Amino acid sequence: MTEEEKKEDDVRVGVFICHCGSNIGGLIDCKGLADYAGTLPGVTHSEDNLYTCSETGLTAIKTAIKENNLNRVVVASCTPRTHEPLFRECVSEAGLNPYLFNFVNIRDQCTWVHMKDAEGAYAKAADLVKMGVAKAEKLEPLDMIKLDINQVGLVIGGGVTGISAALNLSRQGFKTYLIEKEAQLGGRLNNLYKLFPHDIDASEIVNRLISNANNPKNLEVLTSTQIVNIHGFVGNYEVEITQNGNNKTLKVGTIIVAVGSSLLDPKGLFGYNGQNIITQYELEPKLKNNQIKAKDIVMIQCAGSRNDKRPYCSSVCCMTALKNALIIKEKNPDTHISILFRDLYTPGTEYEEYYRKAREKGIIFINYDVDRNPNVEENQVRVYNEYIGEDMLIPYDLLVLSTPLVANTDNKVLAQMLKVPTESNNFFLEAHVKLRPSDFATAGVFIGGSAKWPVDITESIAQGYSAASRASTILSHKTIEVDGATSNLPVYNKNLCSGCEICMKVCPFHAIVKNEDDEIEIIEALCKGCGVCGATCTNQAIVIKHFTDDQIMSEILAYGGK
Amino acid sequence: MEKSSKSALVIGGGIAGIQAALDLADMGIHVDMVEKKPSIGGRMAQLDKTFPTNDCSICILAPKLSECYRHPNITLHAYSEVQKVEGTAGNFTVEILKRARYVKESECINCGLCAEKCPMRVEDEFDRELRKRRAIYMYYLQGVPAIMTIDKEKCLWFTKNACRICEKACEKEAIDFDQQDQTITLNNVGSIVVATGYNLIEDFEKEALNIYGYGKFRNVVTALEFERMECASGPQGGHIKRFSDGVTPKKIAFLQCIGSRSDRYKKYCSSICCMYTTKEAMIAYEHDNSLESYVFYIDMRAGGKGFQSFLRRGASDYNIDYIKSKIAQIDIDKDENPIIVYEDYDDGKIKQLKVDLVVLATCIIPPEGIEDMAKLLGIELNDYNFIKTTPFIPVETSKNGIFTCGCVHEPMDIPRSVTEASGAAARAAEVIRGG
Repeated sequence: MTEEEKKEDDVRVGVFICHCGSNIGGLIDCKGLADYAGTLPGVTHSEDNLYTCSETGLTAIKTAIKENNLNRVVVASCTPRTHEPLFRECVSEAGLNPYLFNFVNIRDQCTWVHMKDAEGAYAKAADLVKMGVAKAEKLEPLDMIKLDINQVGLVIGGGVTGISAALNLSRQGFKTYLIEKEAQLGGRLNNLYKLFPHDIDASEIVNRLISNANNPKNLEVLTSTQIVNIHGFVGNYEVEITQNGNNKTLKVGTIIVAVGSSLLDPKGLFGYNGQNIITQYELEPKLKNNQIKAKDIVMIQCAGSRNDKRPYCSSVCCMTALKNALIIKEKNPDTHISILFRDLYTPGTEYEEYYRKAREKGIIFINYDVDRNPNVEENQVRVYNEYIGEDMLIPYDLLVLSTPLVANTDNKVLAQMLKVPTESNNFFLEAHVKLRPSDFATAGVFIGGSAKWPVDITESIAQGYSAASRASTILSHKTIEVDGATSNLPVYNKNLCSGCEICMKVCPFHAIVKNEDDEIEIIEALCKGCGVCGATCTNQAIVIKHFTDDQIMSEILAYGGK
Repeated sequence: MEKSSKSALVIGGGIAGIQAALDLADMGIHVDMVEKKPSIGGRMAQLDKTFPTNDCSICILAPKLSECYRHPNITLHAYSEVQKVEGTAGNFTVEILKRARYVKESECINCGLCAEKCPMRVEDEFDRELRKRRAIYMYYLQGVPAIMTIDKEKCLWFTKNACRICEKACEKEAIDFDQQDQTITLNNVGSIVVATGYNLIEDFEKEALNIYGYGKFRNVVTALEFERMECASGPQGGHIKRFSDGVTPKKIAFLQCIGSRSDRYKKYCSSICCMYTTKEAMIAYEHDNSLESYVFYIDMRAGGKGFQSFLRRGASDYNIDYIKSKIAQIDIDKDENPIIVYEDYDDGKIKQLKVDLVVLATCIIPPEGIEDMAKLLGIELNDYNFIKTTPFIPVETSKNGIFTCGCVHEPMDIPRSVTEASGAAARAAEVIRGG
């Protein structure tokens, strides 16, 4: 039977209730819920599974589709955020259009949020299942939208992350643009002296990367270049750039964000004066030029971080302090160096060994508590030592503050152009912290390095490669399929459209335009199906596919609306 | 991009191997994935939830397992091992030993009838030996591929020449006692990604846990055991009970740096324990809001994204008390309640705390058999016996064309493992595409 014929046929819904281990099954009676679902109109099959998403569960769905000739499938389980693609693919493998699947969220929205009210959670789950089945009956098959891909990569930011990403993409065979706003590549690395944990010259790494970047066949490096605007969608981005006053548009398939981070302005921190009270970052060139003659050096960790204003750990400062202290000790073993710290951050094998080395070399580590910050006085630091229960006075002729990396102030501008989010500290926010660390939720845009979160050089390079890998999964293909559940102005509704243009103004994705005939046109590839246009359309001319008025009304009526 | 004639080999089917394989496969490169265990999933499959989002671990992993299994560009060799590697970058020849499951993969539907009837009960490795499984078994409930396996070492037919009850129980006639190990040869392998993960110190150096009473006191458990205890599909069905009397603990002590940052055992920091400990304490609190947790630590190491906020939440919302301290010894009272004697670094005093349960955050160590693996591949190990990589050239081993990611070269959390896995895939693709 073809899909068309099935559609003509009676609606036959299969409902699958997932226990999600004990996430759902531990609170409510899934077997009972499945039995209840079996009594709903249109439902010809219902069952409960311990994990509907396991291979066993997926096989059960496919078997049920075949055996009961199902033409709609409802899964009531965790969340569509992580699992909708899986179930869509599953029903599609059994010969059903993937849009004839409907997800009902009974974990996040029932058993998790109402974990103290099992009865209420069950009642709500039953309602949601009833509504889900009602909507399923009204579902229509839809096609995915096929897009051509411009197999060209763009990397924004010519620091260590961006160079690594761009080199990899170009070596994979993709034409790649690398954009840097400064006149030279290398980013923050240009101002550092040596790099932990092997104390090699930063310039060595920069030079190696830059010489590689200057000599590949597919890579075009554009320095002194800034982004003006970005349009388009996955596979087809148009990036307006300006280089020395000349504007140009680059057509690319994917974009990697590697814009790095900024330094915290240290003014007002621990008596900072830029003279004998400086930051680690300011110490670097002084070390390089052999200008450090101080005999008593104190370093203060977490200067401006891990507080209420900046609650995060900048993760690179402990190793930076250790490295600079060791360099000084090496040059002049008689220097007294004390590091005032809260929790020393040297995870893993080599970093912990580096910490041991620093202690062996006679660097003094003194713990302080955030509630009793060190007090910087003239020529001495007063720090309360909890262990001995009294203040310690440590003399200094150089005080070095380990200040955190902070998010670039212009991240928001770029984020808006790319339609990607930032988090509370203004760093870019990836699609999923755990399993999609290099992706944005926006298709075709990727992230790496300290633009996302403070990371050291080694991790930045790995993240650059990672972003390149993710971009390559798109650039390797000539076409891509994207979600077909978009906004739509059907031909039969065209006479309803008054051309008021409200939809154009509210669309956050710039997906609605007026064409040559002065008619509203929706660019489906840009549309994310958010529905704002449909909700605001004064004449109800716009239809949101997969969320039609009819489908949503059926849910409301099933719940008890009139 | 044209489809490449060269393929990639991914060794290890944990989250790192899975991500590397999926990326390469999505680039249009064929991947052979080799996993020693009967199912892929690795350590992440054993975890209850994951920090800092507290997502249910298997729930977010399962779609990836499925994807790996169904991907047209991935051939999954589970219950298999690499036994020979020859050649150089761009053109390796690899021999895989595919061990007999004594169950026909094409027939088994994982209905479990065989295991129900199997009379042999053996320690369940996946559940850290906290319960028994049968001699014919699924490695774990949601395992992929979802095929039963006969444990030849334990099966009565193989050990005593008696039984074969599973054969009668199976309605699909999937049991095949005559099945043989197979050797599979892969030619034209362009690059290799090694992602064989890690073991824990208690797996091989249990003595590192002795001073904490592990093995002697029933109410001292390891963190991975506790992970299984919290898990809904674990041996206690998600209801945490201590082993001496089955009572739900109201006071739990979490001890950090067990075997790590130590002069006697491992000098290095195991990287992930501060965070997973906080997560375990949070989840335990969600099970029982009257729970008090105490974390005994040296330094709280929480540098990753959102990690500091996570610790703050632990202290403010989940009744977790963080104590900077040094553990002196652990004893028990007559009710087997552990008593911790420690030096409190905040005031330098020696104190005691009686708790109901102790959880040990044990150290990550290189995976079993890493020396053999290194020899086989011709790659170097570092001073700690992890795979040797060089800072600034991450994910590269000492041999061209062989890349690595995840805990097999350095203790790290899941986000970093996933990042490195994609990174390794990118570099592997460079070699395959001749860049």
